[in-house]
Amino acid sequence: MTPAIVVQFLAQGAQMFLVLLIAPLAVGVTRRVKARLMRRQGAPLLQGYRDLAKLVRKESVLAESASWLFRTAPYLVFALTWVAAALVPSFASGLMFNWAADVVALVALLGAARALLALAGMDVGTSFGGIGSSREMMIATLAEPAMMLIVLTFAIAAGTTRLAGVADFFIAEPIAVRVSLALSLVALVIVALAENARIPVDNPVTHLELTMVHEAMVLEYSGRHLALIEAASMLKLTLYLSLLICLFVPFGMAPAAAGLGGWLIGTLAWSAKLLLGAALLGVWEVSIAKMRVFRLPDFLGVAFVFAFIAILLAYLSRGATV
Amino acid sequence: MLGVYGLGGALGVLAVAALLATLTRSALALVYPLCAIAAVVLGAVDLHVLLSDGSLSASLPLGLPTIGLRLRLDPLSAFFGIVVNGGVLAASLYGLGLDRRTELTPRVEPLFPIFAAAMNLVLIADDAYGFLFFWELMSLSSWALVVARHTDPESRRAGHLYLVMAALGTVSLLFAFGGLAGPAGGYSFEAIRALPPGPAVAALVLAAALVGCGSKGGLIPLHAWLPLAHPAAPSHVSALMSGVMTKVAIYGFMRIAFDLLGPPAWWWALPPIVLGALTAVLGLLYAVLDRDLKRVLAYSTVENVGVIFVALGLALAFKANAFSAAAAVALTAALLHVLNHSWFKSLLFLGAGAVLHATGRRDLDGLGGLIRAMPRTAVLFLVGALAISALPPLNGFVSEWLLFQAVLAGPTLPQASLHFAAPAVGAMLALAAALAAACFVRVYGTAFLGRPRSVEAARAHDVAVVQQVAMGLLALLCILGGLLGGPLAGALGPLVREIANSALAAGGGPTPLSLVAFDARRSVYDAPVIALFVAIASLTTLVIVHRISERRTRRGPAWDCGFPDPSPATQYTASSFAQPLRRVYGTVAFAARETVTMPPPGDRAPAHFSVALVDYAWRIFYAGPARAVLGLAQRLNALQFLTIRRYLVLMFAALVILLSIAAVTT
Repeated sequence: MTPAIVVQFLAQGAQMFLVLLIAPLAVGVTRRVKARLMRRQGAPLLQGYRDLAKLVRKESVLAESASWLFRTAPYLVFALTWVAAALVPSFASGLMFNWAADVVALVALLGAARALLALAGMDVGTSFGGIGSSREMMIATLAEPAMMLIVLTFAIAAGTTRLAGVADFFIAEPIAVRVSLALSLVALVIVALAENARIPVDNPVTHLELTMVHEAMVLEYSGRHLALIEAASMLKLTLYLSLLICLFVPFGMAPAAAGLGGWLIGTLAWSAKLLLGAALLGVWEVSIAKMRVFRLPDFLGVAFVFAFIAILLAYLSRGATV
Repeated sequence: MLGVYGLGGALGVLAVAALLATLTRSALALVYPLCAIAAVVLGAVDLHVLLSDGSLSASLPLGLPTIGLRLRLDPLSAFFGIVVNGGVLAASLYGLGLDRRTELTPRVEPLFPIFAAAMNLVLIADDAYGFLFFWELMSLSSWALVVARHTDPESRRAGHLYLVMAALGTVSLLFAFGGLAGPAGGYSFEAIRALPPGPAVAALVLAAALVGCGSKGGLIPLHAWLPLAHPAAPSHVSALMSGVMTKVAIYGFMRIAFDLLGPPAWWWALPPIVLGALTAVLGLLYAVLDRDLKRVLAYSTVENVGVIFVALGLALAFKANAFSAAAAVALTAALLHVLNHSWFKSLLFLGAGAVLHATGRRDLDGLGGLIRAMPRTAVLFLVGALAISALPPLNGFVSEWLLFQAVLAGPTLPQASLHFAAPAVGAMLALAAALAAACFVRVYGTAFLGRPRSVEAARAHDVAVVQQVAMGLLALLCILGGLLGGPLAGALGPLVREIANSALAAGGGPTPLSLVAFDARRSVYDAPVIALFVAIASLTTLVIVHRISERRTRRGPAWDCGFPDPSPATQYTASSFAQPLRRVYGTVAFAARETVTMPPPGDRAPAHFSVALVDYAWRIFYAGPARAVLGLAQRLNALQFLTIRRYLVLMFAALVILLSIAAVTT
């Protein structure tokens, strides 16, 4: 083992813990901004950490009909989301994981986490769990094709499906105003809202039965299991914000060969952009109402059409990359 | 030479098994051990040929008088032979666990080895006559297996439709080989290869091959028989038909399109890509709305065949444009998907067989809670369900990943239609992947999770150990195939290089096991690293959470927003799970309409809810032609009751017309 590999390994580990550490703060910022805009005091910024700590320490109540899958799913969902979040370049582009999987695998890892959670929602055998799982999978069938088209658009532009390669490409090449990128941005934002169960697709704070999607699916969870699921959804939000940052505003990110100084600047830039993104999400959420479930195909259809036009433009503009 | 003896001996064992089982009832139990042994031997020979990149050939004085019966096992046949014999082995192991007194019948067991042998023989046939003969043997033996439960009217209907479609398929293949052989009539594959047909004939041959092989594989609109016939057979035979026989159809298409037809033209790629993409999406839409466990699996086979055809079409397009690296990626994706699908689909059908055996039911809405009643089957079925949903780190995702990489190379294609088909196909594949996940969450969620919806489901039990072993082997292959995608692609390298003039760079990635498309700078998927990190992350989380949390777990009634209902009927069923998907996609694809009839106020009559779906494919491609044929037959019926003078007049008129045509044309 050469020292370079050790440093790489440590840097990758640092990224994994950094995303885990900042995720509850990002959610806290969103909640705080929402509360202030509604002229409420709002919970402290660190409430996310406190919630998790409280849930982890509480005893877990399992339904009598819950099987082993119900107890295992939270750990796997958390781990899959965590690894997926670590795949997205945050402060530097040349880390270890960037060589292990690309965007297609990233989308699929999130898909695996979602499928497990949907299965867990069906496990207890209640109507709410089923309603949540069924709607979540329906939304996924609308969001995933759009997501795949978006990442393919970027892959075509950069000539690689490795996210770090895409980021490197956009750091090196000054971003020109490209129509395909603008369309992709809109599409990706819509997909991110749907995947994270945010308004207008789903409401993360509601417990009004018939409007729940994600919350209905995890309704039976409590204690440490719920803590893991909450942590996974916080990580997912951070993941999507990082993805948006990495694709559209990558400046400040340390390139592959950067040293400690570059990483430090990268970390600061990334954290600032992430928290800004979380604040913007809060502003967005207070300014729009939730949609009915069956209006969602139209909303996500917009994302799909935009992504499709974007990829067509990318195909037109880019010839040979092989 | 040993290989030839091995092949001959194993096929002989299959023949003996069939013969013994036909002769005496007490020999029925011998069929599966003999089939398992034959499958192992055949698989070993296939593996040897594939890895050594050689070929075996033999010629027998049977068949057509001029050329005899030519047999040849080349790497392409050997690869498909591994697929076939893996499936036969698993199905035979499963068959070993069948109850000797009640479950073995002379209607199934004698045909099983014939079916297995016929599939192997199609693969090694080296002349058109032998290919068609064995193809027909495969069709007929599987047809007889479908109608084994002939007392069931549904089986009979399935058998009827299957027979019609199989006949259609064989006739089109007959035309295809006629076109390939040309006017000179060289029916051995060697002669055909030496003289590839011209472009017009090639187009006809390709169309005929697409109809012939597509009808066997279930390409929409030729799919209608498949979801009826595959589930009607006994479950281990369903596994063979769905997991393996559809692959023989793919082999037929590959043999014709990549080998016998000569160098491809770019437009050959369009029909398989377009039909394949349509098949992938529509197959899953059918699957996600169906309530019969085995039929859902059969529809999902239709989808996977579509995915494979898309990959083959892309390979043709890249090959025609001499983009050999991209052709290699697409072809490897197709071959790996063939292998992967044969594993997880066999696993799922065997699992469905176990469920059917334990509960006597295949309707999803009558199952539930099997994860407690059949714990081992439940775990194995879960592996299959996650693998077929193309979720990492299992094997389905490996081929899916490669296929997306091939789609990504689409912008390089110079032809406008292919250039723009690529992103559309990418979107449809992504939709199919997402629908597959929804479909199998639905299947697993309603059959295995939740609370039992019937007495039978509550009283179910795991199946015999040897049947669990059969499923366990396949599940292991699904996991290993997911982790070892790189080495597997490397092992296919020589075969892929032979067809596409290029192969995936083996071992070019950052770790020895990583899968690399094009080059390592462009796309890498390192399943072992990902799996390792997921495992480490979940285990450390488990340890840490258990250390800081209060470890107690209390069991209580379900929360369900405060109003838990003890009746299992309040659970989400397969139908209710499909409702959002039906509203979003079904309204377009099947003109789905929901009608709710409420009684007037004060009336205590029950309300009614009904869903109407229109199967356009059936209406256009089956019901319409069937009506036309019947109508025509009725008109022509009059011809059977003419006087002898009129018959003589008709014959004379026919003769005059034919002679005048001959006079004009010469």
